[in-house]
Amino acid sequence: MDWMALRLSLSLGAWTIAILLPVGIVIGRWLAWRSFRGKGLVESLLALPLVLPPTVLGYYLLVSMGARSPVGRWFEAATGHGLVFSFTGLVIASVLINLPFAIQPMQRAFEAIPRDVREAAACCGMSPWRAMLRVELPLAWPGILTALVLSFAHTLGEFGVVLMVGGSIPGETKTIAIAIYDRVQAFDDHAAGVMSAFLLLFSLLTIGLSYVLTNRARVIR
Amino acid sequence: MFLQTVPALSADTGLTVRLRQDAPIPLDAELVCRPGEVLALVGPSGSGKSTVLRSVAGLYQPGAGMVTCDGRAWFDAARKVCLAPQRREVGMVFQSYALFPHMTALGNVMAAMGHMTETERRKRALDLLAKVHLDGLEDRYPAALSGGQQQRVAVARALARDPKVLLLDEPFSAVDRATRQRLYVELAELRRELKMPTLLVTHDLEEAAILADTLCILHRGKTLQTGAPMDVKTRPDTVAVARLVDIRNIFEGVVLGHDEGEGVTYLGWQGHTFSSRLRPEFPLSAKVSWCIPASHVLLHPPNRPSRGDAENPVEGVITDMLALGETVRVEVAIGTCGASIVMPVLLHVAQRNGLKPGAEVTLTLRAEGIHLLKED
Repeated sequence: MDWMALRLSLSLGAWTIAILLPVGIVIGRWLAWRSFRGKGLVESLLALPLVLPPTVLGYYLLVSMGARSPVGRWFEAATGHGLVFSFTGLVIASVLINLPFAIQPMQRAFEAIPRDVREAAACCGMSPWRAMLRVELPLAWPGILTALVLSFAHTLGEFGVVLMVGGSIPGETKTIAIAIYDRVQAFDDHAAGVMSAFLLLFSLLTIGLSYVLTNRARVIR
Repeated sequence: MFLQTVPALSADTGLTVRLRQDAPIPLDAELVCRPGEVLALVGPSGSGKSTVLRSVAGLYQPGAGMVTCDGRAWFDAARKVCLAPQRREVGMVFQSYALFPHMTALGNVMAAMGHMTETERRKRALDLLAKVHLDGLEDRYPAALSGGQQQRVAVARALARDPKVLLLDEPFSAVDRATRQRLYVELAELRRELKMPTLLVTHDLEEAAILADTLCILHRGKTLQTGAPMDVKTRPDTVAVARLVDIRNIFEGVVLGHDEGEGVTYLGWQGHTFSSRLRPEFPLSAKVSWCIPASHVLLHPPNRPSRGDAENPVEGVITDMLALGETVRVEVAIGTCGASIVMPVLLHVAQRNGLKPGAEVTLTLRAEGIHLLKED
């Protein structure tokens, strides 16, 4: 068992969902209730990572964050180290590839809140901020939870993009999915098996937990 | 016409509404609702009733017009004033109630009292729930309440904010008939304590007549007539209003004369001369539309002579009879030009009098029911 890789994967997942939580809520809520010209285009762009081969996505991320790209140069000037093959670069890539996994369930959850319930909140004197905290988020939270679980589990299992953008630097970019690949390449079937079984169990647990919590939320209503 | 029946729109108490726009939803509405008054906005589906209500609540912003409450502008297109719903102090009962499904009955009511302390909110919410006969059900979630109980929670929640205006958007449409009758009584009792103007949106004329002091007929976004429910129902201004208040007996006649001493206007129709309430504004010999509500058409008992012209007797032949529960809708053809009068007759009366299609009958058109209509 490569504990370092596991810790790195968990850390990457945590950072990813920590960033996607507010981003997903803001974008999901915006897409759920606003109609505007070009909405279909925005939705398509956000859904792109679902259908794009991870290596293609990884290639473009590598190019756009590399030392020769404006973003890469700016980051290096600001921090003293490059963006690609670093944990920060990995977090950025992970957030981008997980956008559809986070936004789509959240958007559906906000869409499911009836318009008159939102209007009732306003007619009850709640400010938009208060209405969001007291009414919208509690009603949308099963969807938000699903989004976070999906993103987290997807982050743990992501391989192609991580390899392209991060490489396999132990303690920096070597995630558990890459560690499993490494162990298989080294004919260390036992370690690969243990890590795979662990990932399987962990994924099952998180998905199961999210179903239980979502169902419990439905029962109350 | 409308402006004669309501006071000037600059009233500094109560609610005044004046809305204008051509698209996307045409609006040409004016209404005034005084404190303690219940005004029913009645019209067919798509007539703009809910849009007017939503404009008052601040949930919809019309192109032009103004909404004032107790002299304060909530919306004034000319001065670019449009307060958010949160700042309008309205209590709104939605058609589907729109309760917060994740909060208990008590939680729903307390949610509308953001301005009070927790203790005050709880006490007042419990008081309100007791007032709408929901004591004991405070901890239930909306899903565990019946339709009638949900409606009561919605009413309690709407009152929780101490609203300056109460808005009811078809609040009885989602409950069964028996529950509806009970809720009518409860609302009628409750409204004795309410000091604010109340706007009730409904497509049900009977409901409006039961609950409202004033009836306002809305059609394609335009307020056509406002007045006491009985007046509007039996004395519509125009043919359009007559149709909207479900008067089927609308005909064309000629003004034969006015007798100011007797308070009578004579109307010629199908060779008959009818007396009706004096309406000197209609010129002599003018063609005029007139109507009579079915409730003012009486069946003459056979073998009993008419007591005179004041009863406006008319002979005809029954062309159709349609049983509708305990009443029968009887259609009687008058004369030879295809005019027919429709009237409800109690089933047992129809049976006792041997009414059947083809039978000759005499009808009485009560003078007080005959009403001359202006052009639309």
